[in-house]
Amino acid sequence: MKMRFRLVSLSAPIIALTISFGLSSLILLIIGKDPYETFKIMFEYGIRGKSIVSIINRSIPLYISAIAVAVGFKMGLFNIGVEGQYLMGSLIAAYIGAQFSVITPLHILFIIIVAVTTSSLWAAIAGYLKVEKGIHEVISTIMLNYIGTGLIAYSLTTIFDEPNSNYDLPRTKELPESGKMPPLNTLFNIEDLQDLHGFLVVAVLVGIFYYWLVWKTTLGFDLRITGSNPIAAKFSGINPNKLVVIAMITSGGFAGLVGLGPLLGYFHRYTIDFPTGLGFAGIGVALLGRNHPFGMAVGALLFAFLQRSAQILDLNDVPKEIEQMMQAFILLIVVVFYEVIRRFIVKQQIKDASKRTDE
Amino acid sequence: MKIFRSLSKRYIIFTPILLVIVVAQVETYSQLTTSGTFGAAIRLSIPILLAGLGGLYSEKTGVVNIGLEGMMIMGTWFGAWGGFTFGAWQGVFIGMLGGALFGLIHAIATVSFQVDHIVSGVAINILAAGVARFLNVIAYQDVAFASSTASPRIQGDIGKFTMPFLAGGKIGERETSNFIGSIEDLDIILISDFAGLLLGFLSNISYLTLFALALVPVSILVLWFTPLGLQMRSVGEYPAGSESLGVNVYLMKYIGVTISGALSGLAGSYLVVAGTGTYLEGQTGGRGFIGLASMLFGNYKPFGILMGSGLFGFADALQLRSPQAVHGLLIIISIFLLVLTFKSFFEKKYKASFASFIFSAAFLIWFLNSTSIPNQFVYFTPHITTLIVLSFANQRIKLPEKIGVPYKKGEIN
Repeated sequence: MKMRFRLVSLSAPIIALTISFGLSSLILLIIGKDPYETFKIMFEYGIRGKSIVSIINRSIPLYISAIAVAVGFKMGLFNIGVEGQYLMGSLIAAYIGAQFSVITPLHILFIIIVAVTTSSLWAAIAGYLKVEKGIHEVISTIMLNYIGTGLIAYSLTTIFDEPNSNYDLPRTKELPESGKMPPLNTLFNIEDLQDLHGFLVVAVLVGIFYYWLVWKTTLGFDLRITGSNPIAAKFSGINPNKLVVIAMITSGGFAGLVGLGPLLGYFHRYTIDFPTGLGFAGIGVALLGRNHPFGMAVGALLFAFLQRSAQILDLNDVPKEIEQMMQAFILLIVVVFYEVIRRFIVKQQIKDASKRTDE
Repeated sequence: MKIFRSLSKRYIIFTPILLVIVVAQVETYSQLTTSGTFGAAIRLSIPILLAGLGGLYSEKTGVVNIGLEGMMIMGTWFGAWGGFTFGAWQGVFIGMLGGALFGLIHAIATVSFQVDHIVSGVAINILAAGVARFLNVIAYQDVAFASSTASPRIQGDIGKFTMPFLAGGKIGERETSNFIGSIEDLDIILISDFAGLLLGFLSNISYLTLFALALVPVSILVLWFTPLGLQMRSVGEYPAGSESLGVNVYLMKYIGVTISGALSGLAGSYLVVAGTGTYLEGQTGGRGFIGLASMLFGNYKPFGILMGSGLFGFADALQLRSPQAVHGLLIIISIFLLVLTFKSFFEKKYKASFASFIFSAAFLIWFLNSTSIPNQFVYFTPHITTLIVLSFANQRIKLPEKIGVPYKKGEIN
């Protein structure tokens, strides 16, 4: 694509952001709050040092979750089940990881492998159901989310519950010291703030790996070609069924990493209040970032920024739930404008081509 | 043998129903077929049925509607708000409007802007969750008994209907006989079970339920026997052709998707008005998607959707009524899988046969070694039922020809 078109397609998220801020302002006006004042408070709170660390921390699982979703999106496969997949992976990883102790890098690597394996196996069920039984992945992954939640709730209270603990809510045993990921504060010389999670490094590596996988490997090529033209893909010798299962497993593998930031960084165990909803948030980030590793990073940071800066709103008597609505507005409007712009570009390309043939 | 095979293929899905009746003869599992369970099953089927019908209207015009769940969420919130502010019936109506509004948004995105249908649907679901949360916070700021995730109780309620003479309903103030009820109490195999089923349909049934059930024949009438219905269906099959015959394709799609939203909204408000009486966050619990599943199960036919939603509603009712009865389902699944084992064996699918056998044995062992199913498992009974049912029923679906394909005027695709 030409540079000119790249710039044009960048305008979609900017338009979407502007409109959603407009809509949110309108809503704030309706409920009798000053939108300018509100956004100013949010912004000022959001760029404090403490907030910035928190925003980066929040964006880590969001980003990885978006990548998990994007792998499927690239071939037109909708893995809505990242939610259940990462919770499943986190639980099993938290339980097995707490059973022994080795040197830190090995221990963390082991936990990662366990989580990735569990999550991809859980995701593989949806792949199997699609290929063998013809059940659309949106339905099967949603159902698997509910089933997974039930299984987790059950096994957390029975099999995986910490033995001999007086704590009244079910939880797994705490990870030993070797299984905890150290924060990056000393690296960046930020001693006076709260912990910057070490999993940031993994998130960056995952981003690079995703780019390599999708744009530099044969598998990635197959994914992309199936996504943009399934019929052509079939004629070029790609087995769509096999690819669905592989894509689902890969997507689930990425999903396994989503919960590990919180798990290794500060929870150190799976409890009933382990963060949920990251899988669904990831869908939004993937749509906003157009499945591009850099775009999704920006999207994750943006959503994390909104989440964090909305925390101040309750103190100012504005319901902080406005933030969730803003995210949803951005999401819906951005998908509309991506489509509008895509059609505009196609039209321009046709015009350019016909001009060239005329000459 | 050939007849048997074709029969078994079509009706194998009904063997579980027979098994349910057999197992229900055992005292512990008698809850499986009481009128109470069937009554609950009907109540729980209705939202699924309405969502399924909603999906039908949208998908017949060629628009995939994954956003049913979100439109249903809007139905629950607006239904509760209308019910709290004005009264039960007004709540139902406002809930429908709320759903229709989101249907309209989906139509704008998918029809006018040709956004990918699933992408738009997913966005609608996320938007609905956010909007409901926000509205609930601002609407009930100074109201007692409301929180950020729950609304206050609605005013009044929808009346209930009991058939006189057959099910003991009243005429004026006079009591009449409860003929079917007395048959159910006799405990005769099969007959009493069917009496239970009938009684579930005829006693204590909300007027809203009757209204929803009436929508099944109405939908058949509208979609298959009116010019509007023909136009709507043609748009899902071959939009370019319809366009050439003067059908307003965009308008038809808008109508279909908006009706779809209204019906999902009705499904949501039913959950509130005829069920909990308040809006609770997350109370739709994936029922929009189950509705979609029942539409697929019903092969895009209103009566099929009714059957499908009945099945899922039954699974849902069991989890509410009696965990013990769900335990009875284990042996039913085990026997059903055994039947499948033989079926696959005779069809020379040895691998599938072996797998069914292993699972059958596993369920049998589970059944024998436990007395009840853990609560957490009971909670996802409808979801796992959905997956299992779709696994066995999904092969013969006739999809609308141009389902999910964005249509733009002047482009043939």
